[in-house]
Amino acid sequence: MLRKAIALAALGLAFLGSPALAAHPKPVERDVAWSFDGPFGKFDTAQLQRGYKVYREVCAACHSMHLLSFRNLGEKGGPFYDPEYPNSNDNPYVKSLAKDIQVPDIDQDTGDAITRPAMPADRFPSPFPNEPAARASNGGALPPDLSVIAKGREGGPNYIYSLMTGYRDAPAGLTLSPGQHYNVSMNGDLTSAWKGDHHKVPPGGVVAMPPPLAAGKVTFDDGSPSTVEQQAKDVSAFLYWAAEPKMMERKQFGLGAMIYLLFFTVLLYFSYRRIWKNVAH
Amino acid sequence: MADTVVGATPDPHAPGDDPSRRDFIHIAAGAAAAGAVVALVWPLVDQMNPAGDTLALASIEFDLGKVEPGQQVVVKWRGKPLFVRNRMPEQIAAAVKDDHAELRDPATDESRHKPGKPQWLILVGTCTHLGCVPTVGGGDYGGWFCPCHGSHYDLSGRIRKGPAPKNLVVPDYAFLSDTKIKVG
Amino acid sequence: MSGHSTYEPKTGIERWLDTRLPIVRFAHDTALSFPTPKNLNYWWTFGGILALMLGIQLVTGIVLAMHYVPHVDYAFASVERIMRDVNYGWLIRYMHANGASMFFLAVYIHMIRNLYYGSYKAPREVLWILGCLIYLAMMATAFIGYVLPWGQMSFHGAVVITNLFGALPIIGTPITTWLWGGFAVDNPTLNRFFSLHYLLPFVIAGLVVLHIWALHVPGNNNPTGVNVKSENDTVPFHPYYTVKDGFAIAVFMLLYASFVFYNPNVLGHADNYIPANPLVTPAHIVPEWYFLPFYAILRAVPDKLGGVLLMFGAIATLFVLPWLDTSKVRSMRYRPTARLYFFIFVLAALVLGFCGGKLPDDPVIFQPSGLMLLDADINSFVWLSRVATLYFFAYFWIILPVLGLTETPLPVPESISEPVLSHPATTPAGAVASPEKRG
Repeated sequence: MLRKAIALAALGLAFLGSPALAAHPKPVERDVAWSFDGPFGKFDTAQLQRGYKVYREVCAACHSMHLLSFRNLGEKGGPFYDPEYPNSNDNPYVKSLAKDIQVPDIDQDTGDAITRPAMPADRFPSPFPNEPAARASNGGALPPDLSVIAKGREGGPNYIYSLMTGYRDAPAGLTLSPGQHYNVSMNGDLTSAWKGDHHKVPPGGVVAMPPPLAAGKVTFDDGSPSTVEQQAKDVSAFLYWAAEPKMMERKQFGLGAMIYLLFFTVLLYFSYRRIWKNVAH
Repeated sequence: MADTVVGATPDPHAPGDDPSRRDFIHIAAGAAAAGAVVALVWPLVDQMNPAGDTLALASIEFDLGKVEPGQQVVVKWRGKPLFVRNRMPEQIAAAVKDDHAELRDPATDESRHKPGKPQWLILVGTCTHLGCVPTVGGGDYGGWFCPCHGSHYDLSGRIRKGPAPKNLVVPDYAFLSDTKIKVG
Repeated sequence: MSGHSTYEPKTGIERWLDTRLPIVRFAHDTALSFPTPKNLNYWWTFGGILALMLGIQLVTGIVLAMHYVPHVDYAFASVERIMRDVNYGWLIRYMHANGASMFFLAVYIHMIRNLYYGSYKAPREVLWILGCLIYLAMMATAFIGYVLPWGQMSFHGAVVITNLFGALPIIGTPITTWLWGGFAVDNPTLNRFFSLHYLLPFVIAGLVVLHIWALHVPGNNNPTGVNVKSENDTVPFHPYYTVKDGFAIAVFMLLYASFVFYNPNVLGHADNYIPANPLVTPAHIVPEWYFLPFYAILRAVPDKLGGVLLMFGAIATLFVLPWLDTSKVRSMRYRPTARLYFFIFVLAALVLGFCGGKLPDDPVIFQPSGLMLLDADINSFVWLSRVATLYFFAYFWIILPVLGLTETPLPVPESISEPVLSHPATTPAGAVASPEKRG
């Protein structure tokens, strides 16, 4: 949120001060060829599994995903879907993934706040108990919830991927406050922080989050190389799935609906031609 | 239209070629329209069925260690009360003795608990008459008594007297261990 | 309804019902045998499309209301629960969200058709005014509905639009406070908006009944704008227009389905998937696309009250349109000069929509820095909106009144059948003379 506020303030200043220079460079966005692109696109299960691991081992330290439950991981289209367990609450792998995570609860006998191993029906626990705590631990910036982040940002998974791989050393002439990191893909306007040529404002913006990914930070079970590139792609795909878990169902339903409608349209057209055959109009 | 045949009758109601005649193409188009409506009605109906999160909470695990002998603990399951009763040996004996009594909804006590666990009686705590919650230990048979319309259940949860038609329902459950059950 | 009824009850039960509640006769006369000009083109199919869209919005909306929670703490999550957990919830919500856009697309085409063929002219002024009321109610419903998901755009859109009323002198502040039920857009606002969003569609449905009633008294206008002279000019609504409307509806549904299934969020804003935060405004706040022309008019005026008045004035203008257009000829087919101005009007409306989606101070024409061909102040969307706004009002208040008096229209055909039957290929000898035998 703070990042947004900073970007906003920068944007506002830029427009108030010099409308003629409003056309600051657009943030860099790199397109990825996703498996879920296009009308027949599907989620890549192995990629979602890797992405979940990146989220769990890296992002989850600061970012909540409070709209997701462990059971979602085993639902149709999800990373750990197993056709043998149509009810993902019974999926043993999902159960074991849940069990590794402690969730807060209330002891039914004493009323004390306790933690217990999660069950598939439990939501992903949030890393911080409340917003002030989250801000206090992150230098005043609030790590946004990631449940629908892939739909809540222009560019969706491409944006997330670009942001994850967009950290660069700040160019000379860019003033960064402590705790800020320069990212070529962040939405923002650096005009006010730029000391150099007014026509050569660098693209991107500043992020409070330090570069989260690093080579080898996550060990992928399927032996995929653990590069920043790979981690960024996988976690972006996972976050897109998290934001739009019914995408495959939607496209499947849509295919049937489109074929049916097309057939219906053709039938109606011939019916129409036949009925109007003898009317001069 | 451009393809109107020269000399074709401009009268739409000429008897020879009535355009409203229900020939195949119109029937097919009408059927396709009806099919589209039906296909759309199903999602609109199905949305009222339990949602994913509701189903996820539909099974619960319960630790029997919390129930002292002779006691009953009520837990909420699928929005309804669930009776978990730890029966005393004499209560079990009384229930078994009534296996051959005149029952409205005949069932043996054996069939109402898991094999080898006669002390544990797990029942859905809603009266089979109109859904009130029976009180434990009441009635003429020492099982449950429903205060709404006076149904008496025995120590096996079988209906013995009053307007209710059926025994208290035994839900689907399984012992995960000696002291832990999973309901649903 | 106009004319005599052709309904003849066939069975005893129908006769019995017909003398007590002639509902079958009513349905027969309005939806089946209603004499309709036989030269209506595809622009006339949007009435049927709109009726269907209203039905879809009502049904999906009622279903969504079964799952939605109108509370600031739960609204966003309850919408996401619909998307994730409710059976087919994703389908129903995407149908409703995109359905609103499709509804507006169809209503705009319906209105443009009306303007082109002069359907608002006597004796259809009341029909037109009822249509304007429906449009007004649609805008209110759509705006309120957009608030319900309680995302960033929902919240700040609600803030901006309710603040419009604050521009009114003296009563402005009490009215906004009353609308909000507090001192800002908050839970009471959301709760009442939900109630109103459920109510207004039924108001629209009632207006639609009046609209159809008002249509069935004078009957349809048609592309020639010439009144129906004889039965020769008409065909019964069923099966001729049920099947033609049906075909157009099916094509429209294909477009609708391509949004619902393949681009469900393309007409929305990413910011609305961020839960509402009263402390931070999205960097680029814009309304849904169907409000953009009005948003551009609002921003074209540097004064708050002036902008609000002009925006409402744009809608109010539509209500008096039947009395602004002085032309005796309905259809622009026979008004070449007016047609030219009409196309510029459509262009101006599109330009306004385009400007509404841009930042006001952004340059319209990109010029390399250092090279100043145009003054940056003039080369901005706010100035482009000003020009388009000026034309928008001039079209209704100057061009249409003056043109009707000064222009010379082309010769208008005697009747609807004439331009068709005079076409040699389709004129069997004696066809004009012999009246049609009708059942």
